[in-house]
Amino acid sequence: MQWLQRFHFKGGIHPHYHKDRTSDLSIRRLPFPPRLILPLDQHIGAPALPLVRPGQEVLRGEKIAEANGFVSAPIHAPATGRVTSIELKPTARGSLTRSIVIEVSKGDPQEVRVGSPHDIDSMDHDELVRAIQDSGLAGLGGAAFPSHVKLKKDDTRPADLLLVNGCECEPYLTTDHRVMLEQPEDLIQGIKYALKATGTRRAIIGIEDNKLDAVETIRAHLHHEKFIEVRTVETRYPQGAEKLLVKSLLGKEVPEGGLPIDVGVIIHNVGTLAQMGKLLPAGEGLIERIVTITGTGVEKPGNYKIPLGTPIGFVLDTLRIDTTRESIILGGPMMGPAMGSLEAPVTKGTSGILVFHERDFIDREHVKVYPCIKCGRCVDACPMRLNPAQLGWLAAKREYPVMAEKHHLNNCFECGCCSYICPSHIPLVQYFRIAKAVNREQAEKQRKLEAEAESEQ
Amino acid sequence: MMRKPPRIELHTAPHAVDGQGVAVIMRNVVYSLLPLLAYVVWLFGLSALMLILVVLLSTLATERFFNWMGKQGSTLDDWSAVITGLLLALTLPPGFPLWMGAVAAIISIALGKVLFGGLGYNLLNPALVGRAFVQAAFPVAITTWTPPFIATRFAEFIPSTLTPPFMQPLDSGPWLTASGMDAISSATPLGLHKFESVSTPLESLFMGTTAGSAGETSALLILLCGAYLALRKMLNWRIPMYVFIGVIVTSALLHWLDDTNPDPLFMLFSGGLMLGAVFMATDMVGSPITPRGVMIYGLLIGFLTVIIRVYGSLSEGVMYAILLGNAATPLIEMATQPRAFGERKAAAKGKTDD
Repeated sequence: MQWLQRFHFKGGIHPHYHKDRTSDLSIRRLPFPPRLILPLDQHIGAPALPLVRPGQEVLRGEKIAEANGFVSAPIHAPATGRVTSIELKPTARGSLTRSIVIEVSKGDPQEVRVGSPHDIDSMDHDELVRAIQDSGLAGLGGAAFPSHVKLKKDDTRPADLLLVNGCECEPYLTTDHRVMLEQPEDLIQGIKYALKATGTRRAIIGIEDNKLDAVETIRAHLHHEKFIEVRTVETRYPQGAEKLLVKSLLGKEVPEGGLPIDVGVIIHNVGTLAQMGKLLPAGEGLIERIVTITGTGVEKPGNYKIPLGTPIGFVLDTLRIDTTRESIILGGPMMGPAMGSLEAPVTKGTSGILVFHERDFIDREHVKVYPCIKCGRCVDACPMRLNPAQLGWLAAKREYPVMAEKHHLNNCFECGCCSYICPSHIPLVQYFRIAKAVNREQAEKQRKLEAEAESEQ
Repeated sequence: MMRKPPRIELHTAPHAVDGQGVAVIMRNVVYSLLPLLAYVVWLFGLSALMLILVVLLSTLATERFFNWMGKQGSTLDDWSAVITGLLLALTLPPGFPLWMGAVAAIISIALGKVLFGGLGYNLLNPALVGRAFVQAAFPVAITTWTPPFIATRFAEFIPSTLTPPFMQPLDSGPWLTASGMDAISSATPLGLHKFESVSTPLESLFMGTTAGSAGETSALLILLCGAYLALRKMLNWRIPMYVFIGVIVTSALLHWLDDTNPDPLFMLFSGGLMLGAVFMATDMVGSPITPRGVMIYGLLIGFLTVIIRVYGSLSEGVMYAILLGNAATPLIEMATQPRAFGERKAAAKGKTDD
């Protein structure tokens, strides 16, 4: 019985999860803000191209920016209103980004009035992939990688399995959990579309064993779908990282620098597939997403359906957060960036907003850092089986190229287990982030120099 | 909608940490040593207590002195100097002259730790560096043992304890005879076996009611104290396990070749092996961080211990075995780097292909 079998990978950590504050709260809707800010690069890849002009009226669900190439996604208006400007605005990533600003019409019923229903059964692979791209879907787990790209059938690297990621291993977050409980039909529908798009026959849904109610719910909704299987995996951070989920469920290791498709697997998040199941038949675009808003600084925590582009400040005001000094994190506490601006909007990749009181966050400036005592806990915790202690010593000496060439630095996906576990409080993953950024910069410089040298010849 | 903008704190992920910091780990190691210290005082009395206090205070004073010299803040709050002091005291004979104990403590911290850069940077276990120094400098005092349970142990000091500074140790012989002990009872089980071919019953080894260094005594108590740390995940239980395996395999082989050599069980429970394997070989700073490295390190220490005990001129070999293991650690680590997730073997070999 696979039900009883616990699948796992080696390494990782068991942080406090803090999920029970929101895991039983149904998804609720948040009101529309007066103004929506829609960055053109909410997804990974080329920024979308605006289709609207300042002053133009837009309808809820209308496409306002189109994909610029294959690795790109369009943007749809999350509310009926008027475009006031297209300008640089702060975003969660920290940099200013070109964004479409929409003033939401007051008194409008805000119904979705745009959409061209698809007859999915009659579509072929390419049409289906195009329809998915048209919906503007991007990985809702947090990476925001345009979903259709992973679903494009590639005959050189055929996929034989679709993995559906329902792990949600980051502490505090409960959006995927709620989606699995409340939208199992949408999820199953989405899985069928994804299978059809890629020509894959089988799907496995991997869910951490702290969400057994979700496992039950999905199983109860699977009637004739023998090709979809639900499996529990051990609750352990970062179980939801795609390479580790593949390892846990299939025992296969994705090669270094490779993608899951290299071992014949396509991975999608449950939230993404549930949205796909809902949006595709109606031919609608992605205009809202579910966000867990919690943390010790939030009076009314919960799982909220929020229109894309809603400024975080508006969300926090609505949920009455009243502190004078706080830390706001977008996503989970292990990998999510801290926010610097309340104007930054909720985007396709925002899975959570965490607000912590002064007394509850780690003040890195005042944490005493001890020398490395070589306890080896980081080595045990690293799910990519790196030697973070060694990398840390190299980083202290700024030996960044050596880290990448000899010590597999680029295998690090910055899960943060090493920094979490380090008894000396050495900011290891922070060092590695800097090292990777410097290496990228150097490589970029090198490429430019080479290009110049070539053009001179 | 406007409210007063809050002061937003920016930090980089991860925003959560595990609560077990360096000071917490070190403090718990100290806690786990307390039962052992109490037992030692009960066995050997006032002299043992005094030795522990003098050695501990000397290590702390030395570390603080070097903090002051180096114009840095006190590093006593990480508790590592306390561990060094207590472990060093446990490796010395209970009647060890106090002034020699202080010398051992100063050498431990000065040459074993501060010279390398303090906590985390030392190559060798500081307590054992101090112990090795006094082994060479005071060979008589360090091999003069007192039997446990002397009737007057809580009323008076062992005469050698109170040796004036820079003097040779006072002879405790007459005092021992007066207490009704004979010479043979003050030899260690290992020494008895090696030099007199007398074996000691296993149960007295296990309970620690034999002559020896303060902490060489009860194997049972040391294992219990170590188990506490291992359960709290503050001690890598694999290290003592591999040391024991190394000892058992090597001594079984030697015992099979020549049965005058001690058998594996005697090897395991005699001398400082338990204390060394559980509390000193496991010193995080001196042991490898790679899982395969830990295996090699442990087996190496076990192997060397038996070789030194059987073939060396000393009856004891744990100390040098651990120091050699410490010294070999950087090399062991270099050779046992973990295989990265999804590492391609072909890519490492055939880089010229692309």
